[in-house]
Amino acid sequence: MAGLALFALPLAGLLARTPWTRLPALLSGEVVGDALRVSAVSSVAAAVVSLVLGVPLAWILARVAFPGRALVRGIVTLPLVLPPVVGGAALLFALGRRGLVGAPLEAATGLVLPFSLWGVIVANTFVAMPFLVVTVEGALHAQDRRYEDAAASLGARRWTVLRRVTLPMIAPSLVSGLVLSWARAFGEFGATITFAGNLQGRTQTLPLAVFVALERDRDTAVVISLVMVLVSLLVLVALRNRWWRAP
Amino acid sequence: MRPQRPARAVVLSVVLCACGVQSAPDNLADSGAPGASITGMILVSAAASLTDAFAEVEAAFEAAHPGVDVVLNLGGSGSLRTQILEGAPVDVFASADMADTEKAARDGLVSGEPRIFAGNSLQVAVPKGNPGGVEGLEAFADPSLRLGLCAQGVPCGDLARTVLARAGVVPSLDTEEPDVRALLTKIELGELDAGITYLTDVASAGGSVWGLDIPADLNVMAAYPIAVLAHAPNPRGADAFVRFILSDEGRSILSRFGFTRS
Repeated sequence: MAGLALFALPLAGLLARTPWTRLPALLSGEVVGDALRVSAVSSVAAAVVSLVLGVPLAWILARVAFPGRALVRGIVTLPLVLPPVVGGAALLFALGRRGLVGAPLEAATGLVLPFSLWGVIVANTFVAMPFLVVTVEGALHAQDRRYEDAAASLGARRWTVLRRVTLPMIAPSLVSGLVLSWARAFGEFGATITFAGNLQGRTQTLPLAVFVALERDRDTAVVISLVMVLVSLLVLVALRNRWWRAP
Repeated sequence: MRPQRPARAVVLSVVLCACGVQSAPDNLADSGAPGASITGMILVSAAASLTDAFAEVEAAFEAAHPGVDVVLNLGGSGSLRTQILEGAPVDVFASADMADTEKAARDGLVSGEPRIFAGNSLQVAVPKGNPGGVEGLEAFADPSLRLGLCAQGVPCGDLARTVLARAGVVPSLDTEEPDVRALLTKIELGELDAGITYLTDVASAGGSVWGLDIPADLNVMAAYPIAVLAHAPNPRGADAFVRFILSDEGRSILSRFGFTRS
């Protein structure tokens, strides 16, 4: 019960401070709409990129023995431990305009990641993908290899085995990894503001909008926080019922 | 370049867990001699632009008062005010503009009259070497440059917008940073071609940031008020700290960092 109170109390505090009479006016403000759009696009994009890049990574970590695997696993999960601000600063040093990769990238393509939506997606993916990799790798470890062996002995090629046996068997973990990485990206603050900056309509996500609004208009900050809580709860509750039915 | 950065995280965690700190010993043994018997922690919430100057003020004050621990909580003036409004156990509030202190006073959070202790002006800040070829305020309308200001509601952001409006420049921005130090860092790293910061911030960056003067008829003066808070856990310590800031010694430290006397 005390555990539940720890989660429920801040929520109650937020509801107690909500300016209900001004709610419609504040909700229809441009800042809220812009931030919701940037957040939706960047968090979904980050989750999709995490899926596309993270599943092969998880498969290699779970199934291929190679020297230095422990180190690679450590590097992949580092963003789970690192303060996001440190991650954002590291991204700047690597991918910023004067960064290791960022400078040649700008020279070659004209693409500058900081202060762009791409930058938000990169920052979000950086902090979110480890959740998918860890979840999927765990599922691959726990999987009974005999199903794959049986499929292979019946003549299925490796790609067919992966597509028809391995991935369907770990589907629930794929989805929960995807949802976890989306949720982490949706709430991302530190890496985003450090790497991608803060501009309404371009890089200002909901968490950034809350932080900036706290400076001058607390009611708006509370309302944006409420929007975040609602969207997150809706997604988490809906997907929970769909994918991990309670026993 | 700026060792204060990690310190800020430490300071914030102190703010968050200082709720249990008792100030009872401060109310005992009042010798009457100002500054003679102050002890304990003094939590000072100060605008981000005061970062370097207040680090030195802290050292000087602690040297003069052994047994006193000044803890600096640095950030945007608006968020500092919000922390105070929400009951953070702060003793002294040094803001970068009168507006935040006046709002705090209206909410009954300030004890006595706030005093202006320093002034500051704005400069156009560019990375060393001025890679964007910025010549003045007009550059802020150039969409091909990477440009940043402090966010609206943060004093440096509001003042910068006033200056740009006076110059008739509609800025084409790439980012609005939450406080002046965050803006300065992005200029220092060369991510931004230009920003508008306080003169003192440019000075604090050493040679890594260059400052371009803003014509005097367009520039604005920032006035920094300091106040003891009504719910200060250590009111006598807070009084002593404010007196120190207003003393010749305090003012000479501030002027060394480029602040003007007021």
